[in-house]
Amino acid sequence: MAIRRIFVANRGEIAVRILRTCRALGIETVLGVSEADRGSLGAEMADRVLCLGPAQPALSYLRIETVVQAALGSACDAIHPGYGFLSERADLARLCEAEDVIFIGPTADQIEAVGDKLRARAAAGAAGVPVIPGGAANSPEEAQALAEQIGVPLLVKAAGGGGGRGMKLVEQAEDLAATMDMASAEAEAAFGDARVYLERYVRSGRHIEVQVLGDGEGRVIHLGERDCSVQRRYQKLVEETPAPHLPPATRAAMHEAAIRFAARLSYRGAGTVEFLYDVPRDAFYFLEMNARIQVEHPVTEAVTGIDLIAEQIAIADGLGLGMAQQDIACDGAAIECRINAEDPEHDFAPSPGTISAVRWPTGEGIRVDTHIVDGARIPPFYDSMIAKVIAHGPDRATALARLRTALADVRIAGVATNLAFQQAVLADPDFARGGVDTGFLARFLDGAKAAA
Amino acid sequence: MTLTAADVDRIIALLDASRFDRLSLEMDGLKLDLVRNGAAPVAQPAPPPVAPAAPAALPPPTEVAMREAGLVEVKSPLLGIYYRAPRPGEPPFVEIGARVEPDTIIGIIEVMKLMNTARAGVSGEVVEILARNGELVEHGETLLFVRPDR
Repeated sequence: MAIRRIFVANRGEIAVRILRTCRALGIETVLGVSEADRGSLGAEMADRVLCLGPAQPALSYLRIETVVQAALGSACDAIHPGYGFLSERADLARLCEAEDVIFIGPTADQIEAVGDKLRARAAAGAAGVPVIPGGAANSPEEAQALAEQIGVPLLVKAAGGGGGRGMKLVEQAEDLAATMDMASAEAEAAFGDARVYLERYVRSGRHIEVQVLGDGEGRVIHLGERDCSVQRRYQKLVEETPAPHLPPATRAAMHEAAIRFAARLSYRGAGTVEFLYDVPRDAFYFLEMNARIQVEHPVTEAVTGIDLIAEQIAIADGLGLGMAQQDIACDGAAIECRINAEDPEHDFAPSPGTISAVRWPTGEGIRVDTHIVDGARIPPFYDSMIAKVIAHGPDRATALARLRTALADVRIAGVATNLAFQQAVLADPDFARGGVDTGFLARFLDGAKAAA
Repeated sequence: MTLTAADVDRIIALLDASRFDRLSLEMDGLKLDLVRNGAAPVAQPAPPPVAPAAPAALPPPTEVAMREAGLVEVKSPLLGIYYRAPRPGEPPFVEIGARVEPDTIIGIIEVMKLMNTARAGVSGEVVEILARNGELVEHGETLLFVRPDR
């Protein structure tokens, strides 16, 4: 193996997750931290820790030159970007390419190709992957004509957005022009890119995504799908595999479509092709591709038995795919629940602070990915997710029962969390039946409010 | 705290390489005065160095314990490669014994070919340089110690 020392350019649970696999593989690690994370679990685990800068992400974790300099200066062969932060920044991948450091992820060109929503959409069309009716409009007249074709309600989306950021709903055709102006101005301010496009709005949709691995030479395999429809304001809260009650033909078609999309790019590494599943029409549309490891990757690992971080490293190391499609078997079902340091009683306001005491669950089929131990600090500068609790079982009912029991065993003192809220979600009869759409959580919250 | 003969040799070499004629070092229970040849004689003769006692096998004392109180740490403002001199082969920005003012440049920190100047940020005398030329320093790492003016 050429990769002997990896620079981990991330924090929190994913840094710990990457460090664990590196340890298992006998790879040395250097962790870049901000001043706020010097005492973190990851900093304890890494072979070497380098402070990148102050707590504010823009002055530390988001500094591409500093990260690459730190990796070079500590003689690392490769950089693992995790998710978020610099994970989908083509500039980082490009600088790594220029400096002969292995970027554990796709090529800079691939990141750019999937990062621009309009280009990704065109690529999907070219790969024969269904896209949601819609498109770009360069004038108010064009927009009007396109809107009539698509029909309302429709969405105005920012070309540079993603993850739920930069989109607006148009309920009535006469609101279109004003909404587009506003969306364009906001997109310019938020993403430095004023381009917007229109898209059909699906009233009842599910977020279903397919995990893929590509060797960068055109070989791509899938590792099944994940259903991430339990979302609050486009933030995923519960994820599972397989997607419940999905017609087998649709499931297979999604897997094939994801492979076609990634293969056409000769995609390298681990990636996720996201689809919107239109429930009433039993149709699916390409949403976007995430060119990184995802938060919810453990459910896929649970059912396939494959260490996705290890596969990322192997591919980056030029070893190609460790398995063929027929080697992938999905065993049972797995559900993941995100535990966030945020207060559902106060509109999910972040609740930074110090964890005075914590107890994570153990047991058959239970996995916890976290950086939170007794005394851990949750700085106010970063994402509020503090743990992922994953339950695996021979079937969904068993996995769900295990997850409920596991959450009941969790104790977190010192900060407010969404633990009780997540327990209520898992106890909901609709969720228990499975296959809820992306509107489920909003209805659940309204119901909770009405009951209060 | 002991001072070995080798330590004294190193200090003499440092003084020799500097543009200073005289060095006065005071530590707990120990005072060392060194004067360069031809420099004005000092009023107080330097006491002989303390006899060393099997120094090689001793574990290095903690850095904190070795330093006098009141020294100011000059920290790196950012992560990068530290350079003591403007260019290879040129004299360093500062040496031990150098006087610094807050805006005195004490080194260059390179971040991917972008050169950033590091300044002392304090008035006083450089008493120790920790950062090694051409090596990575992290954000907030102590580059050198300055004995501040009173």
